[in-house]
Amino acid sequence: MTHPLDPYLRPETLPTPFCPGCGCGIVASAFLRAARELGHSDLSGFVFVSGIGCSSWIPSPHFKADSIHILHGRSIPTAMGVKAVRPELEVVVFGGDGDLASIGLGHLVHAARRNLEVLVIMVNNMVYGMTGGQLAPTTPRGAVTATSPYGNPESPIDMVRTLAAAGASYVARGCVAYPRHLEKLMLEALQASGFRFVEAVSTCTTHFQLMLGTKSPVEALKKLRELVEFRDVMQGPREGRLPLGSWRPPGRRPGFVESLRGLR
Amino acid sequence: MKPRFMQGNEACAEGAILAGCKFFAGYPITPQSEIMRYMAEKLPKLGGVYIQAEDEIAAICSVIGASWAGAKAMTATSGPGFSLMQEALSYAVMTETPLVVVDVQRLGPSTGQATKCGQGDIMQSRWGRHGDQTLVVLAPYSPQEMLELTARAFSIACKLRTPVIVLSDETVAHMREEVYIPEGLEAPEPPRPKPGEAEFFGSREPAGVPPMPRVGDGFNVMVTGSTHDSRGYRKTADPQVHRRLVTRIVAKIESREPELRDIDYYGVESPELLLVAVGSAARSVKEAVRRLLSRGVRAALFRPRTLFPFPASTLSQLAEEAKAVLVVELNLGQLIEEVRKHIKPPCRVEGLNKIGGGEPIAPSEVEKAAARLL
Repeated sequence: MTHPLDPYLRPETLPTPFCPGCGCGIVASAFLRAARELGHSDLSGFVFVSGIGCSSWIPSPHFKADSIHILHGRSIPTAMGVKAVRPELEVVVFGGDGDLASIGLGHLVHAARRNLEVLVIMVNNMVYGMTGGQLAPTTPRGAVTATSPYGNPESPIDMVRTLAAAGASYVARGCVAYPRHLEKLMLEALQASGFRFVEAVSTCTTHFQLMLGTKSPVEALKKLRELVEFRDVMQGPREGRLPLGSWRPPGRRPGFVESLRGLR
Repeated sequence: MKPRFMQGNEACAEGAILAGCKFFAGYPITPQSEIMRYMAEKLPKLGGVYIQAEDEIAAICSVIGASWAGAKAMTATSGPGFSLMQEALSYAVMTETPLVVVDVQRLGPSTGQATKCGQGDIMQSRWGRHGDQTLVVLAPYSPQEMLELTARAFSIACKLRTPVIVLSDETVAHMREEVYIPEGLEAPEPPRPKPGEAEFFGSREPAGVPPMPRVGDGFNVMVTGSTHDSRGYRKTADPQVHRRLVTRIVAKIESREPELRDIDYYGVESPELLLVAVGSAARSVKEAVRRLLSRGVRAALFRPRTLFPFPASTLSQLAEEAKAVLVVELNLGQLIEEVRKHIKPPCRVEGLNKIGGGEPIAPSEVEKAAARLL
């Protein structure tokens, strides 16, 4: 039996280690379908870089491609080193909200500021999944997690608007509860240039469900639809609902590696 | 050959360029500043890439990315920044990533006396990382050696697929001397795989160096800091895979101590007093040994330019006839711990240490300490 996405995957790594109902599979699928849509018969023109966390496992080991699975939070500077030396390669970063929006946030903001020519896909499940469901900088205010037993006293960060303000060339937010829309965003991002960021609002069926009070992955996905809505992403969250869509700034700013090459 | 009058840091940067360095990322920190400035000016014109990173962690991680993309890559820093790079260095050890880190030591701990000389990173260079690991540390004591040892660092890094530390200090970095530019400093490429090869992280040899593909060349290489088998697949619970991998990575360096050995030895053949020092401290010691020799004292300086892996057997042999070993360092005693491990009684091992204000140890102080021991 074959699957249309088989050419992009390492069959010996399947099934994935993701929990049943995890959003990572939907994110992987959305990305690979977008790559296929663009005519890539394999992933030979890509290099994938990821940090530490569940979603960092999407490309490594599953994608049949070059991948660098680096330290927690440090995928962005690693991707910068690859891109600066081999600008002809499409460098794609996968990571979670803990990896990219917490420990790696500084790098991400600077990559957007530089307009580094990489695509960053952040799977936002609003929690640290791999380490046991701890509070993340994306956890909704008041949510009970392993490390916020009395409710989250912090407010979540809006990465889409943060990176837009820092200078990103393309920012978008999709949701694993709307996989076709997510795929469309990936397609747009792959066709755009400069620094591109796609957030995929996801679930953690092991830990996020406790937070939501749902009992099955299907219930969690349905609940997720109540937490998002299609409208202008630059307006930010409203009444706890995250806007889905994409935004790009007017005009074109030169990319970082393009500018570096101009110094020669 | 006409010498150039060069500063230590400039010589270091020039050595890197002559070795074929094509990627440099760094974050401003005293006293390595001139290395960055030199690279910022020269690298773009040579078809290379210079990036000022947002912090030291970004600097070393972009160096790792650049190395896997196929560039000879380097960063330079000083004590506090070196501490920030340790996690990534551990990754570079585990993934067998060739790269060079220059640590121009300053006076810590913490911000300490940031513009003054110290040698407090000797143990950090060897043991600063988590987990079982080793790497190569080279210790220059002049601008000439800043150039040559930095170039050599690239050569070792590429041949052995390992990070290499150039452990300098503020005095060596900022002094200016004549520097001769030797021929043949260009470092080789790391061993590259042939088409069809798939084992980039294992070797049949217990201390073997596997071939390293570049990303983008069609090998579908999987680089991970998790324990991995020879094809790069994570094996996060298999005891055999972990033992085999980590033992080989350590043996790869340790077993090559004889060929990495690089000692500046000055003095009589079987000394009664053996002095051990590296970096700027060794310059005072050399002068002191010259004076001791002229007075008929059977003394010698043992200066391991390859500091780690430590040339233990050579030191043990040289000290066989010695009454005492004096370890001279600009810290409260670090190298002495390594030396002590390899010296047997009745030979005494004593330290001459000095910290504060960047004051060097004067040759007369070394002479006085020597007199007490003899």
